[in-house]
Amino acid sequence: MKTLVVYLMAMPDTPALAEAAVEAGADMIELGFPFSDPLADGPLIRRAGERALAAGMRTARCLEVLAETRARVDVPLMPMTYASIFDAYGWAELERDARAAGATSLIVPDLPADVHPELRRVQLVAPTSTEERLRLAADATDGWLYLVTVTGTTGARAELAPTLAPLASRARAVTDLPLYAGFGISRGEHARAAAELTDGVVVGSAAVEAAEQGAAALAALVTELRAGLDDET
Amino acid sequence: MSATRTFGDYGGRYVPETLIPALDELEQAWTSLRDDASFQAELEELRNSYAGRPTPITLAPRFAPGQRVYLKREDLMHTGAHKLNNALGQVLIAQRLGKRRIIAETGAGQHGVATATVCARFGLECIVYMGSEDIRRQAPNVERMGLLGAEVRPVDFGTRTLKEATSEAIRDWIANVETTHYVIGSCVGPAPYPELVRELQRVIGREAREQFLAAEGRLPEAVVACVGGGSNAIGMFYDFIGDDGVRLIGVEAAGAASLGSGRGGVLHGARSSLLADADGQIMDAHSISAGLDYPGVGPEHAWLRDTGRAEYVACTDDEAVAAFHRLCETEGIVPALESSHALARALDCGDELVLVCLSGRGDKDLAEVLRREHE
Repeated sequence: MKTLVVYLMAMPDTPALAEAAVEAGADMIELGFPFSDPLADGPLIRRAGERALAAGMRTARCLEVLAETRARVDVPLMPMTYASIFDAYGWAELERDARAAGATSLIVPDLPADVHPELRRVQLVAPTSTEERLRLAADATDGWLYLVTVTGTTGARAELAPTLAPLASRARAVTDLPLYAGFGISRGEHARAAAELTDGVVVGSAAVEAAEQGAAALAALVTELRAGLDDET
Repeated sequence: MSATRTFGDYGGRYVPETLIPALDELEQAWTSLRDDASFQAELEELRNSYAGRPTPITLAPRFAPGQRVYLKREDLMHTGAHKLNNALGQVLIAQRLGKRRIIAETGAGQHGVATATVCARFGLECIVYMGSEDIRRQAPNVERMGLLGAEVRPVDFGTRTLKEATSEAIRDWIANVETTHYVIGSCVGPAPYPELVRELQRVIGREAREQFLAAEGRLPEAVVACVGGGSNAIGMFYDFIGDDGVRLIGVEAAGAASLGSGRGGVLHGARSSLLADADGQIMDAHSISAGLDYPGVGPEHAWLRDTGRAEYVACTDDEAVAAFHRLCETEGIVPALESSHALARALDCGDELVLVCLSGRGDKDLAEVLRREHE
């Protein structure tokens, strides 16, 4: 079985959406805590973050949504947020409070593996990563390694990036941990193609877009992605 | 490896992993080129024969009666501001790295113009990100970039100013890092940029220190410069840091006082003092001067503030506009609104012998000043 990770922006209705996603076949939920200046994100997640901030989704409220989500689903939950949020809250304090609220691990996309190494988190590697940095990230990562499929920001692409295949084989050479591919994966056919190379996929922008239309639309997308993954398996 | 990835608790590299190899490559290139005689000779030749260095210092007796205020005339350099010092050096480095696509962000447009100028000089593709609000209030510079063959890409979200323009430039770099060099315009961003930009702007203070000594036979009591991201200020201050008797005064826009009323936070790849709320969300800055309208500041300034070596004060829009008019009328020099903030505080800093960095000329600001006065 390949793993399907679904990203949702933290909003008041996210616990119900997460439950719908898990019922439709999501294996993990990545929960975005919005930041005003999200450098790794393309327009779709940036705009979702702007709406979340306008709706009052500050760190304390995001932790409540995390706890509410944990009460509804029993899959791994991973808050994804930026360094500035940790810097303001306190690095150790936010890790402690997130884990207390049900977080399985954390993802910080603007924090390279050698910065704040004490923070246990899922590390990201990119097509530009050198062998040395792949090894550094693989040794430090918490549970699985996040393969950024493209040199670029988050957001749907027409096709799966050709840079994933060489990255996946280079990452496989340095670790036995699961490799999940994300950035640009929005459809079942992408998921199927990515899963031929990796152990699973992360779907962000497409999931955020579907979630904005409600639980039914999100469930339909997750069902399509699940079918794509299971077809490969 | 470079000596300074951090300045105390500030600086560092808070960027997606995708960029780390390019930052390493830039750091290695800079480390070798800063001591490379042929590179330094090429840069020096361009500074002298193309950019118009050294720039003079000018005594301003009618502007500041009762003081001896000297202006370091970066406004007289080609393109009309200090920004060319940095753009020249970075584009030379980009050429050595084999990067032929150049991107930049700009606020007031001076850095965009400087980068477009150097790209025209060397035949490189140039793309400049600029907030749509800044495009409105700095129209002459937008036209200039077009004439120079650069593509100006409007950034139409958030504050529509320098903060978002910088974010979009970084996103472009993430997507095109293998072919592209990002000429960041100030002493901000991930290491090695703050140090690199400082070293390329140090020529301001190195020249001005010698010129002031020649003119007055002693060092100034105070050195004053405006601070947005802080590149003219760090370039002006750096060679005076060891001169214990010299006050270093950075002047921020009152509505963008990242040092005066900021807190620690992370923006655009570095930890610094920022306008941010208790949750770490970046707040909006407000200044009449597009070049100072930025909620962050170079990490080295935050460190100079904490160590007490430099002091940072504020200047309101009204005070800057008054100083702008005063310099026009008393000395026949039209300063940039950015530099006008430094001029205002030079008048009331309490010292007699003062050196001010006149970081740019004000032609670009005429429409904005006149519009404001007709309202």
